[in-house]
Amino acid sequence: MAWAWPRILLGVALGGALLLEPGAARGADGGPAPLYQAEPPPFTPGIFPCTQCHQGPGDPTRRRLGFHDDVQDRFDHDAEHRWCLDCHDNADRDVLHLSSGERVPFTASYRLCGQCHGDKFRDWRVGVHGKRTGQWNGAKTYYLCVNCHDPHSPRFKPLRPDPRPQRPEEMGP
Amino acid sequence: MSAGGPGGGGLSRRQFLGRGLAVVAAAAASGCRVEELIGRSFRELSRDDVARVLARAARRQSARFGRPVTVDGAGPLPGVDFGYGLDLSRCIGCRRCVTACVKENNPSRRRPQIQWIKVLELDKARGVDLAHADAYYEADAVPRPGHFYMPVQCQQCRKPPCVKVCPVGATWKEPDGIVVVDYDWCIGCRCCMSACPYGARHFNWAEPDLPADELNPSTHYLGNRPRPKGVVEKCTFCIQRVRHGRYPACVEACPVGARKFGNLLDPESEIRQVMERKRVFVLKEDLGTQPQFYYFYAT
Ligand code: SF4
Ligand code: SF4
Repeated sequence: MAWAWPRILLGVALGGALLLEPGAARGADGGPAPLYQAEPPPFTPGIFPCTQCHQGPGDPTRRRLGFHDDVQDRFDHDAEHRWCLDCHDNADRDVLHLSSGERVPFTASYRLCGQCHGDKFRDWRVGVHGKRTGQWNGAKTYYLCVNCHDPHSPRFKPLRPDPRPQRPEEMGP
Repeated sequence: MSAGGPGGGGLSRRQFLGRGLAVVAAAAASGCRVEELIGRSFRELSRDDVARVLARAARRQSARFGRPVTVDGAGPLPGVDFGYGLDLSRCIGCRRCVTACVKENNPSRRRPQIQWIKVLELDKARGVDLAHADAYYEADAVPRPGHFYMPVQCQQCRKPPCVKVCPVGATWKEPDGIVVVDYDWCIGCRCCMSACPYGARHFNWAEPDLPADELNPSTHYLGNRPRPKGVVEKCTFCIQRVRHGRYPACVEACPVGARKFGNLLDPESEIRQVMERKRVFVLKEDLGTQPQFYYFYAT
C-alpha cells in the first residue's frame, strides 16, 4: 500500500506562533497552549534527504521520469496540470517551495497545501479541520496535512470498519 | 467542588420524603435490602466520606479483578462547560471510536454487550432519517457509496429527561455539563432508559463480562469504574480523562478527525470555533432536550 509509510516518532516541538493566530487555543494558565508536531512528514524509507541523489538542479521540463514510478503511478492530485517541481524545489530537493518561490521545509508543508486549500487551512489552524490529540486545555499534538492525506494522492482511502455490534437477538437472555 | 458535586449540601425535607418513599417502593419491587439503599449518594457525601468511598471502591475493584485499580473522584473544573462536535461530512463509519470507547470505559463485552457509541449508516438520498438508520452494517470498506454515517452517544442534554425521571436521584447533571450515574445508588428500574430519546443508556442485565486483562484500571467513580449487575450506564465524555484536561478517547481514535471537544465557555476552544464557523445542529431539537453534543458539516 502506497501510504503505508513508516511513522517515526520524534515529537518535534514547533513554536505555537508558527501555526496559530495570537491567542488561539489557550493553555490552562491562559497563555498559548503549546503545540507539538505529531510526527515528521512520512517519507518512503531511505529516500530522504533527496540530495543523496539530486545534487544540482535538474531538467525542469515536465515529463515522465524513469525513477519514482511508485509516486508517478499513484499520482492523483490535479495530475493533468501539475508535476514534481511544482512543489519540490529544483535547486534544493530537501525542501519544498511556494508558488512565490519561497522555500519551505517539509515540516511546514501546510503552508504549501494552504496556497490552494485556503478554506481547509484556515479551519485546520483553529482545530476545526484535522486531528489533534493530548490536552483539550493544554499541550496538543497536531497532525500535518500529509500525516493523513498522501500528498500525491490526497483523497482519504476507504477503511475496513471495526466489527458491528451484536443484534439484540444474538445476545440472548 | 461545586454545589452539584460531592459535599454539596443536603436534601430539602420534601425531596427527602419523596426519595424515601421511592426508595422503599423500589426496594420492595427489586427485592433489595432497604438498608442498602438508604444512605447517601455520591454527590451528597462530605469530603471525608468521598475519600473513604473512593478508597473502598478501589479496594473492591482491585479484589474483583485481581489487579490494582484506581478510582478517582475529580470534580468539575471551574469555568468549564463541555461541548462536543461531530463532523458529519468527515465521518466514514469505521467504528474506531466505538472500539476505543470500549477499551477505555470498561463496559461488559458480551452477554450483555454494551457499547456507548452507536454508528448509524444512513442513505444520502434520505438525509438524517433515523427511521431508516442501520447500526449493524457490515462492509469490506467504508464509506459505502451513497451512504453517510452518524455516530450517536449520550448528548449530555441541558434538560435531561433521564435525570428528571429517576426516582432515586441516582443520575444527575454536573456543573461541567456531564450527566453521570452513581452505580451504587442506581436501582436498575430503567426509567431513564425509556425517557432518553437517544437510546444512550444501557442496562447490565447480567453480571458484566469484563475480562481482567481487558480492564482499564484507571477509573473515575462516576465514569468508567466497572459496574455491578443491574445498573444503567452511559457515555460520560470520558470523565476520567476530560477532568484532567485530556481529550475523550473517541476524539483521539478517530482517523479522520471528525470529533471535536472542548470548553464552550472558551471562545478560542475548538468546539467554539466549530460553532462560530460551521452550520451546527442538534439531534431531535424539537424535543427541547438541548444537547451539548453538536453535529456539523465542515464542508
Ligand atoms: S442523551 Fe439521553 S442519557 Fe444522555 S443526557 Fe440526554 S436524555 Fe440523558
Ligand atoms: S472513528 Fe471517526 S470516522 Fe470512524 S466512525 Fe467514529 S467518528 Fe466516524
